[in-house]
Amino acid sequence: MAESPEEHVCLIVGASHAGVGCAFELRRQGWTGGIVLIDRDPQLPYHRPPLSKTYLTSEEGSYHNPLRAVDNYEREGIELRLGVSVASIDRDRSLIVLDNGEELAYDKLVLATGARPLIPPFPGLESARHVFSLRTAADVAGIRAALSEDHGKRVVVIGGGYIGLETAASLRKLGAEVTVLEREERVLARVTTPGMSAFFEQLHADHGVKILTGKTVSGFQTNATHTIVRCADGDELVADVIVIGVGIRVNVELAQRAGLEVSNGICVNGSARTSDENIYAIGDCTYHHNPRYDRFVRLESVQNAVDQGKVAAAALVGKVAIYDAIPWFWSDQYDVKLQIVGLSEGHDRAVVRKEVGEAPKFSIWYFAGDTLLAVDAVNNAKAYVIGTKFIQSGALIDRDKLADPTVPLRPANLVR
Amino acid sequence: MANITFITTDGTSTTVSGNSGSVMELARDHSIEGILGNCGGVCSCATCHVHVAPEDVRKTGEASEIERDMLELDDNADEYSRLCCQIVVSDAIDGVVLRVAE
Repeated sequence: MAESPEEHVCLIVGASHAGVGCAFELRRQGWTGGIVLIDRDPQLPYHRPPLSKTYLTSEEGSYHNPLRAVDNYEREGIELRLGVSVASIDRDRSLIVLDNGEELAYDKLVLATGARPLIPPFPGLESARHVFSLRTAADVAGIRAALSEDHGKRVVVIGGGYIGLETAASLRKLGAEVTVLEREERVLARVTTPGMSAFFEQLHADHGVKILTGKTVSGFQTNATHTIVRCADGDELVADVIVIGVGIRVNVELAQRAGLEVSNGICVNGSARTSDENIYAIGDCTYHHNPRYDRFVRLESVQNAVDQGKVAAAALVGKVAIYDAIPWFWSDQYDVKLQIVGLSEGHDRAVVRKEVGEAPKFSIWYFAGDTLLAVDAVNNAKAYVIGTKFIQSGALIDRDKLADPTVPLRPANLVR
Repeated sequence: MANITFITTDGTSTTVSGNSGSVMELARDHSIEGILGNCGGVCSCATCHVHVAPEDVRKTGEASEIERDMLELDDNADEYSRLCCQIVVSDAIDGVVLRVAE
């Protein structure tokens, strides 16, 4: 162990929103020792949400949306080790071992390992061409390259979650013929309510995307020019490009093999610390307690990545920090912006508020008893903002007024 | 080419130049303290809040509806507030002064 703080080293495994944010915040909080960010992705750390949204359709060749400019890392004394993988953690010797055998010692270790796309073992997958997932810049570059080839633009998207739908919208804009196959009876089944699912199904239908629900993919058959995607019900679809967006697997293996407590993610306390006092974990990979909703959650979002990274940074320099943020999310599809604040799970009532006017602009407010849990706002940032403030303050809301679009959407009009 | 001056909350004034992208991206690339742009520049997070110098509002234009709504997340917002991911860098905004919000 190093003698003075200047000699202490904090290693951060995973250089995306959580890891990068934590590194810079750590410096801002006064960490004087070394900071090393490690990631297997060779590209300068970048914003991920635009990958499925704007980047697929942008005219620029390569993806340039860095989280931080490269000289920021140099200026803050943050060392980037990109394009390398971590093989294991040796807690007894306080070091990590890279794939190439190199050992890096740490005083503090932060795991920001995130998640990876789940690729089910579909029969015929290994011989299928142009099959992609969507989580990295390389994935998107691959999809773009495949579509620019002159062999057809029939895309089958497997999975009707946010990634699948955002990808469908972006590819549709590029002129592809897009079919989405969803296993459940509605899209976004895991993350939202039937009303919101129906809205997005209609939105995609209006833009010419075919959404087929209740479809289980049973395998692929590839010939010289294309791939047939077979469904369990006998349906067959012709695909030039296949995008698989059926969910993720959390990257817990490093933590697990090191003997850290792992459940639905790497278990951390309110300060983002794992079961080892020198190891923290942040972002998509963590299973943590949310005080406001009083339950353990694992969240896949930029908000969680950034905010938990900040908490860990403060804790790493010895400050008292407790993670107590209200989760928020967004999704952009076509010209529709969905913004979500809070966690709707456990609600016993949903109030739908449709604003007056032609364009779709509405919000769904989820309550448990009198407590507002969450708001889904479609093209309605005002509802999102007011919902955020109400959840923060715990205000009691008049639900009849809330549902009445002739009552202007202002906090003073809605509180009881 | 536009020269843009940022005044951070500690009073530091920094002038940088650019000719494309958004003001948020320009600020990020030059490490302007307090401009985060966590959502990547799609008006979803309100972490790139600046106050435009009153005399420069005619150059930057005014906030859109969604931008104004998002700014209400921040109690420090005023009539000169903008989310700078929504301001495009071009000759038209040459010389503007932006104060980074608290």
